[in-house]
Amino acid sequence: MPSSRSEFLSGVKALLPILLGVIPFGMIYGVLALGAGLPGGVALAMSSIVFAGSAQFVGAQLMATGTPGVVIVLTTFIVNLRHMLYGASVAPHLKHLHPLWRWLLAYLLTDEAYAVTITHYNQPEASPSPSARKHWYFLGAGLALWSTWQASTAVGIFLGAQVPASWALDFTLTLTFIALVVPALNDRPSVAAALSAGVVAVLAADLPLKLGLMVAALTGILVGLWLERNASGALRPSRSLTLDP
Amino acid sequence: MTLWLIIIGMGLVTYAIRLSPIVLLERVDIPPVIRRALRFVPPAVLSAIILPGLLRPGGALDLSFGNARLLAGVLAALVAWRSKNVLLTIGVGMAALWILQILIR
Repeated sequence: MPSSRSEFLSGVKALLPILLGVIPFGMIYGVLALGAGLPGGVALAMSSIVFAGSAQFVGAQLMATGTPGVVIVLTTFIVNLRHMLYGASVAPHLKHLHPLWRWLLAYLLTDEAYAVTITHYNQPEASPSPSARKHWYFLGAGLALWSTWQASTAVGIFLGAQVPASWALDFTLTLTFIALVVPALNDRPSVAAALSAGVVAVLAADLPLKLGLMVAALTGILVGLWLERNASGALRPSRSLTLDP
Repeated sequence: MTLWLIIIGMGLVTYAIRLSPIVLLERVDIPPVIRRALRFVPPAVLSAIILPGLLRPGGALDLSFGNARLLAGVLAALVAWRSKNVLLTIGVGMAALWILQILIR
């Protein structure tokens, strides 16, 4: 079984290439928060207190327009709802951990850390107790992302608006997600889940409070589940029967 | 002061969202259907973030060949599929976007 240390380092290593997409995004957040009129200290504090990129973007913009605090907090809730799905997805793997570990890892549960960690958890292994130390991998990935996020938002705040918009650096985040999701589409239900979620997200993008994202995600999950059940039902009818309510 | 309160509120709801399923699912056994559904969380959520970024770059649907982000994104997806390499995907995607922006303009 790999040691805690090697698991931790593997987690850091898995996240390193993703940082290429995260660093520009963090810098843009810093620039945008200053542009929205937030004091540098407040903009920086948001990166560690909230630690959720897209919610920080939306939050800074809403603060600039003088939106009431309650609305901003509610918006944050909706924008971050997808993390509930992430939490449910990693929960079975964290069951054996001390509460302190779970509280810490919950804080580090971002899109990027989740994507690499769940891939690691889902890898089949020969060892008898497969996921016993994989929380160290999660911690490594989470801390690598956390420290980079803090540093890159700080750089953005200090640089100010010196990064021209025509560089389109925000696109690095979309590319990061493409790099994470495409290789994982290895069967028909996953492909269908991704496509249907994507199409619904495009169609529902005008829904308020970014609700379209959740509607789309749930649609994709249902489509994937439905296709998988049909496929497995054709092969093993008894299994699909036991799953019916 | 108000700004700080808002940020702390944002932080609290974000943390509560991340923590609650981890704590709640600790004592109940997850039903098999939900367990299987969770496998689709990464492709569904990430695609729901990606596709609007490619197809609605300026906020409106743009399926034309003038949509540089769509073309660069498709190319990046091909690179990701063939190479499974994050750095290469981001590098090729950004290079493609910059070149296309010049060509299309």
